[in-house]
Amino acid sequence: MTILNKFKTAALAAGVALTIALPAAHADEQYFPLQSYRVGPYAAGGTGFFGGFIDYLNLINTRDGGVNGVKLTWSEAETQYEVERGVEAYERLKSNPNVAAWNPLSVGIAYAMIDRITADKVPLITINHGRTDSTDGRVFPYVFPLLLNPYSETSGIVNYIASKEGGLENIKGKKIVVLYHGSPYGKETIPIYELLAEKYGFELQQIEVPHPGNEQQSQWLTIRRAKPDYVVLRGWGVMNPVALKTAAKTGFPVDHIIGNVWSNSEEDVIPAGDTAKGYTAITTQASGTEYPVVKEIVSTLYDKGQGNLEDKNRIGSVYHNLGIVNGILNVEAIRIAQEKFGKRTLTGDEVRWGFEHLQLDPARVEALGAKNLFHSINVTWDNHEGNGYVTFQQWDGKKWNVVSDWIAPDWALLRPIIEKSSEAYAAEKGIKLRTAEDAEAATN
Amino acid sequence: MASIANDLPVASTHPRWLIPAALLAIAYLVIPFVGTSYLFEAILLPFLALSLAGVGLNLLTGYAGQVSLGSAAFMAVGAFAAYNFNLRVEGLPLVASIVAAGLSAAAIGIVFGLPSLRLKGFYLAVSTLAAQFFVQWALTKFGWFSNNSASGVIDAPPLGVAGIGFDSAAGRYLFALTVVTVLTFLALRLVSSQTGRNFIAVRDNDTAARIIGVPVLRTKLLAFAISSFIIGIAGVLWAFAYLRTVEPAGFNLDRSFQVLFIIIIGGLASIRGAFFGAALIVVFPLVLSRLGAFFLGDIFDSGVRDMSQRIVLGGLIILFLVLEPDGLVALWDRSVRRLGSVFGRS
Repeated sequence: MTILNKFKTAALAAGVALTIALPAAHADEQYFPLQSYRVGPYAAGGTGFFGGFIDYLNLINTRDGGVNGVKLTWSEAETQYEVERGVEAYERLKSNPNVAAWNPLSVGIAYAMIDRITADKVPLITINHGRTDSTDGRVFPYVFPLLLNPYSETSGIVNYIASKEGGLENIKGKKIVVLYHGSPYGKETIPIYELLAEKYGFELQQIEVPHPGNEQQSQWLTIRRAKPDYVVLRGWGVMNPVALKTAAKTGFPVDHIIGNVWSNSEEDVIPAGDTAKGYTAITTQASGTEYPVVKEIVSTLYDKGQGNLEDKNRIGSVYHNLGIVNGILNVEAIRIAQEKFGKRTLTGDEVRWGFEHLQLDPARVEALGAKNLFHSINVTWDNHEGNGYVTFQQWDGKKWNVVSDWIAPDWALLRPIIEKSSEAYAAEKGIKLRTAEDAEAATN
Repeated sequence: MASIANDLPVASTHPRWLIPAALLAIAYLVIPFVGTSYLFEAILLPFLALSLAGVGLNLLTGYAGQVSLGSAAFMAVGAFAAYNFNLRVEGLPLVASIVAAGLSAAAIGIVFGLPSLRLKGFYLAVSTLAAQFFVQWALTKFGWFSNNSASGVIDAPPLGVAGIGFDSAAGRYLFALTVVTVLTFLALRLVSSQTGRNFIAVRDNDTAARIIGVPVLRTKLLAFAISSFIIGIAGVLWAFAYLRTVEPAGFNLDRSFQVLFIIIIGGLASIRGAFFGAALIVVFPLVLSRLGAFFLGDIFDSGVRDMSQRIVLGGLIILFLVLEPDGLVALWDRSVRRLGSVFGRS
């Protein structure tokens, strides 16, 4: 065999291998690029959230054969919650066809993607976090801080504290300390707390905990001197259990600490042990496995060894359920868009239209098997948050128990502040405000 | 002086400028037309920005012998200064903001270079840590730097020079390439000038340098200033051309170490070394991650794959350094010589 022949054989073999390796081209698929993080300091959040998200997509494929016959596909790239890895993952994954939406679960990565996804015309979902003013769909057509943006969360927490005191008029003169994570995420709410303090007349002190927050002695000594009525914990990752333990050490009562939406998971309280008993935190989705959709995921996937979480004890945990809710919202947006554009693979812009009509009332949520898992959502072309409701849960040492009704944040109060910020952004970037007609048209 | 020997031209028949010129021709005339957006956004832009930071640090550490762990801080100063000059000075052209940003970084560099007059080696490295922590703290603490943006993250302005926009992926690549080429050329001129020789004299023995009449204090501060100037502009490229967003946490200690590793792996006291090192640090993890995903994608999840890549990368770095302590650039030169002699004989 001459060398040339050898080359020919090798090339032929490679060609055959390539043909086999390439998946047979499915006409109807919708692809989710997942910039996940399963290692690094925030892995607990990443594995739970992306586990729940993948579990739900898998459930839709296994149970229903996809969304109206359109199969859901996905692949993951590790970001470790770092911006430059997130950008690399974005560039790597975006070459896949039929991208439905991006869900990076990181404020920093989301910020870096806004220009890029706007140029690509594909939606970017930042459930329960993200840039507050991206709520304004007139300026940010492709960004969706679904369910709860940081300002709504703040308003929900203040309203809850007020309800414990017997009404908003009673928090006048009370003292609240906000202990926040020293990151873009942590700082996002500084101005809104100041504004609410002025409006309702409570005393406010905001204290930063430098990332990652594993040493908080001095912050809690300051708190002890200040003697506040409540401490709002706006933490992330390791900062939360350390805060609870240090609070116990300095003698601050744990039932007067209110956690925000990223300080509300099992991973935040279990490491703190007994000191976390009685700690209350806000959430948009309840934890637990009693909801029909979670039960179905267990019976369809985990019982057959196809679940995404390695540790089955985490099924129904806060992050896992948030991932499931995120899955529901993404899938329903596709379903809604399919009603208009046809039951086929959609373009990113068509999925964007679906998100802008993502209106799930409590009856629809119940039909999806998620009654009491989350309340409802009502996204429109100019309100990309969709007025999610919040509830409060208390940790009893073993599990979270819901201790409030579904509470509505004060959206009417927040909207003008959000518009002021988004309009300033539009002016700086030279963006023309979108109208309802612009939003109705979706390009291929 | 192995490191000086490194920079001597490899004995060869072609002129010394031929390879750089050929590379530049490819970079300007071929890559912009054939490159994909992945190539620009994920590989070439971070490569260019980190190479430039490596060139800057190499002047300070490799040539002048002053160890610094504050590179990311100077990058941050550059990025935030360029943003603020661009925002607050009406009608200032982008190039002017970038130069002003470099000058700001140089000024901060001089301030944090002052301890070098009394401290050496590890002690100096520790004192440059102060720059790292102080700058990050100041940028987070005072909202003015990020124009009181709620989250402390700022958006990069559009890139443009004299009315020509560079906002596409290829455009930002060309912009970064031009900046890197110009500054690298200046750095090359610098190291072969009297100042460059002063740097080396101070590094090798500052008492001897003083005796032969090198102004040691001025030379050290000059090294800090020039190095910070270049690193500051690298920070501008990182923020404006690559990520298109700036946040202080992106310029943390890890980034400083990354730049330091680039010059150690690439080759100390070698301008080319910074490019070799940056190529390894930027490209190699991506290649590993691609290979890992291709071969092991169905068996392990992305977390396990990522961990194993780190192990492999760490192992390879140790191997490289054991085999060739003078860095990739020495390895490269030796390979070229070997190849040359092999082809010469046949």
